[in-house]
Amino acid sequence: MQHNLAKPAIHAAALAFGLALAPASLPAQGFAGLGTDAEGFAIPQRGTALQFPADHGPHPEYRIEWWYLTATLSDADGQDYGVQWTLFRSALAPQEDEGWDSPQVWMGHAGLTTAEQHFSAERFARGGIGQAGVTADPFVAHIDDWHMTSHAEEGADALDHLQVHARGGDFSYDLEFIAEGPLVPQGDAGYSVKSPQGQASYYYSQPFYTVSGTLDLPDGPVKVTGQGWLDREWSSQPLAEDQAGWDWVSLSFDDGHRMMGFQLRGTEVFTAGTWITPDGTPTPLPDGAVQFTPLHHTRIDGRDVPTHWRIEWAEQDLSIETEPLNPNAWMDLSISYWEGPLRFDGSHSGRGYLEMTGY
Amino acid sequence: MTRIALTALMSHWVRNWLQLAMLLAGLALATALWSGVQALNSEARSAYATAESLLAEGTAERLDHPSGQIAQDRYITLRRAGWQVSPVVEGRHTLGSARVTLVGIEPLTAPQGAGPALAAQDLNAFFAGRAFAHPQTITEIGAHDLDLHPSDAVPVGTVLLDIGRAQEMLDTEALSYLHLLQTQPAGMRPLDTLAPDLRRVPAGEGAELGGLTDSFHLNLTAFGLLAFAVGLFIVHSSVGLAFEQRRAMFRTLRALGLPLRTLTACLAAEMLVFALIAGVVGLVLGHLLASFLMPDVALTLRGLYGAPVPGVLQFNPIWAASGLAMTLGGAALAGAQALWRLWHLPILAPAQPRAWARASARGMRLQGGVALALAVLAIALTLGGDGLLTGFGLLAAALLAAALAVPLVLAALLRLAQRGARGPVAEWFWADSRQNMPRLSLALMALMLALAANIGVGTMVASFRATFIDWLDLRLAAELNVMPASAQEAAALHPYLSDRADAVLPMMRVDATLKGQPGQIYAMKDHASFRDNWPLIDPVPDAWDRLAAGEGVLVNEQLYRRAGLQSGADTLDLPGVGALPVLGAYADYGNPLAQAVLTLPQFQAAYPDAPVRQFAIRTSDAAGLTASLQEEFGLSSAQITDQAHARDLSMSIFERTFVITRALNVLTLSVAALALFAALVTLAGMRLAQLAPLWALGLTARRLAGLELARALVLGALTMVLALPVGLMLAQVLLSVINVQAFGWRLPLQVFPADWARLALWAMLAVLAAASLPALQLARQGPADLLRVFSRDR
Repeated sequence: MQHNLAKPAIHAAALAFGLALAPASLPAQGFAGLGTDAEGFAIPQRGTALQFPADHGPHPEYRIEWWYLTATLSDADGQDYGVQWTLFRSALAPQEDEGWDSPQVWMGHAGLTTAEQHFSAERFARGGIGQAGVTADPFVAHIDDWHMTSHAEEGADALDHLQVHARGGDFSYDLEFIAEGPLVPQGDAGYSVKSPQGQASYYYSQPFYTVSGTLDLPDGPVKVTGQGWLDREWSSQPLAEDQAGWDWVSLSFDDGHRMMGFQLRGTEVFTAGTWITPDGTPTPLPDGAVQFTPLHHTRIDGRDVPTHWRIEWAEQDLSIETEPLNPNAWMDLSISYWEGPLRFDGSHSGRGYLEMTGY
Repeated sequence: MTRIALTALMSHWVRNWLQLAMLLAGLALATALWSGVQALNSEARSAYATAESLLAEGTAERLDHPSGQIAQDRYITLRRAGWQVSPVVEGRHTLGSARVTLVGIEPLTAPQGAGPALAAQDLNAFFAGRAFAHPQTITEIGAHDLDLHPSDAVPVGTVLLDIGRAQEMLDTEALSYLHLLQTQPAGMRPLDTLAPDLRRVPAGEGAELGGLTDSFHLNLTAFGLLAFAVGLFIVHSSVGLAFEQRRAMFRTLRALGLPLRTLTACLAAEMLVFALIAGVVGLVLGHLLASFLMPDVALTLRGLYGAPVPGVLQFNPIWAASGLAMTLGGAALAGAQALWRLWHLPILAPAQPRAWARASARGMRLQGGVALALAVLAIALTLGGDGLLTGFGLLAAALLAAALAVPLVLAALLRLAQRGARGPVAEWFWADSRQNMPRLSLALMALMLALAANIGVGTMVASFRATFIDWLDLRLAAELNVMPASAQEAAALHPYLSDRADAVLPMMRVDATLKGQPGQIYAMKDHASFRDNWPLIDPVPDAWDRLAAGEGVLVNEQLYRRAGLQSGADTLDLPGVGALPVLGAYADYGNPLAQAVLTLPQFQAAYPDAPVRQFAIRTSDAAGLTASLQEEFGLSSAQITDQAHARDLSMSIFERTFVITRALNVLTLSVAALALFAALVTLAGMRLAQLAPLWALGLTARRLAGLELARALVLGALTMVLALPVGLMLAQVLLSVINVQAFGWRLPLQVFPADWARLALWAMLAVLAAASLPALQLARQGPADLLRVFSRDR
């Protein structure tokens, strides 16, 4: 826990992001042909092919974007850990300018979860001055000393081999991520719909990482290994006006399959997901195919957070129940949410990561 | 019974309304002066607090560079090493019709403070150029093309805006300093290796306004306290008189069966009610007084210390409460003696009011003893003491000793006069004056204090003024001063000016901590302008030659005295240069910071990045050069200052500095005159019994009134004579102890007899005014009134 006075003026920064991460207040303006919203931001169009390595880099003409890395880890004694490394970009205007004139604002979040403790830290930076940013080739994403740097071989995808570092007041980690499979587009070839009204984002993942490295905890360093998952997403209006938050999971099955699923909680619940075979072939799951049922709530800071879930995909007879490593994995930052590792059992078993916002 | 007692007590005031008016006026004035001064102090202090909490609540350390500039990529380097730092850009800028300090912040990384909170109201607008300033500053700026919003959280004279905008307006790509956030992650490369040239300034050291201005506020407080004390003299004499006059009434009430406890409580309640009424009136007056003086106080603080103080007073309930508490305390103090005497009043004590008490030899001896003890204390403080508070302690002890000695000395003088008197009337005159001394002594002591304060402070200000003018004329040797807007402009101006002027003296400085004090190091080009015009204090032989050869430094008097340096014996550690011998000190009035001077080449070698802030130019054609500079370089008139203008500016700041002192001086004297008036009115009512026999012996009432008037003038004149040495002593202490402690400079005492004559005249007029009403009443006294004295059983 940081002392109040010691914190930077994060309210200011949160405000910048509050603009972007809260449900957009305007209905979509993205009918065919226009492709921009009222303030000039581009909006995603179905059928646009993702381009690599360019799309690994930032898209300043879109309002928000993130590079979102999670890992489920274990040490030699069999203790479980979870790690999160995220860089958010939020644009106040749909362009990039030099120096302090840049309207791009960056925010980094780092989390580290053990069975007993949950650590989190955040960083803020203005674009344009070199304090934070992302370059596609060679691939580097950084804010302050936190970074995600590509060590991929010539010819391989830049995200195939990453070195990742972050540091908070009482923790840090250095991890190496090596991809064992291809990039996977989410939704319709990377066009991921987020509401019945058609709000959407561009969204692709690298769900096949094996991870190794060191966690620095207050009790000393711990060597860990495990699996990792990277999400890349950008858009200008990810949520519809009535949507208050989401519950999102990434799951790695013991048999090598992967699955991504989320539900957006609005007047009506909107769900989507992707079933991914071990060779990386995705099957998009339409609205309503996946069902999320909260099983148990945890009281955190006056909030009731559903930390245990039943997730069902009836068509494939999939029915699993998740159990978090630490039900108190609350990211107590300027923008706060729940994010932590889990194990699941039922028709299938494996490990994964759960993110819940809007509680 | 209680109601009857209260009615009886009140009836006294109805009959003696003038006495009541005096009592209330005394308390109200004392409260007004004290609370007015406190209002000024608290307003200024809250302005300092605003300034300190704007950026970091005073908790964040700073990283700065001696040159006053940090390249922006240094910031990025530190952030990318994990250090939580936030950049700030500061600079002076002309905006509309005002010269302001632009403060540019980066709200995303800034530590919590009022500034970042303002920015957070609408970050998008802030990044796009929204700025914040104090409403008063916005008024001063006038027309402008900024998105400028008013906020009381921004100190006066400052404009808060985004760092990018600030850099643009200040035409710089550098940063002024970095805030180091209080909580840092662990395991980073240490700052010593990452940025060895950056200086880590502890929290609070940059915000030294409070410390620097302490002496100024202490001065004000001392004045307020003096005025309060003088006001209490009035209250004390009014309360004492009312007690004497009501002795008969007390006895009657007690004889009727009113318990002593109830009577005392009634009297105390009466005092409380008066104190409350007078206190509230005093607070209103005090607030008016402070509002009236605030613009001058603000200008003084800005001129002397650069402290951002608004010229408008805000009402503060804490100030009002403390002022009222002071009134109640003062009333209790003034009334305590009366209550104590009532408590011990024998029920059958003689009921006549005692017009005069024979000065008891024992009381006089005691007073003399206390005066002597205080004088010894004052001498001890002079010899052994150090520090501002000791200085004020010394002043307080010396003034009190002198005040206590006044009745003793006056009595001795009167005895002397009596011995030389011829004729019965003259002998009676002196003897009677001596007899009346105990009643008048408090008022005369108050008068003496007020006069001494006037003489002392007046002499100090006049001495300072004379010294300051001489010094200013020498200091402002350069005919023109040119301020380049940027380093590029400075580089372009230098050769141009060198070709056209007799001499170009670039002014450069870096910030540094000197002997643990916040200070600055200046560069000085070896030139006759300095050698001829800067008289040195305690210089070593060939000080100027040795400075030019880079063999040492000159320091300002403030640093020299505060750090107790000795030319030739001590060295001064300069960051980036090392220890250099101190060659001498120079007078540097009006500057709160420590200062050291290096020769130009040595300075440039040590601090190559320091920008030229100003060129001092020696030329015989100032007007022509000004015109060509404006034409060729497009310099604004704000960038060029000529000699006369600089002198006027400095003088006006100086004059402003002592406006408050003068105003308080006049007020104190007025209160003292009022005290004397109260005492004389009091006396007049009781003296009829003493004067009636003289009238019966053949002296006319008119003659008697004339004698009363003469007595007041004689006593006033004697008091003025006594006040003279006390005032000079005060001036000497102010110049050689208080000023050295408060500002760091010592000034020679100069005497101004014309000022004394003027003061004496005013004092006599005040005494005359105070004495004339009672005298007039006496002169108009009819035979019936005088005869009635004999009808009573005395």
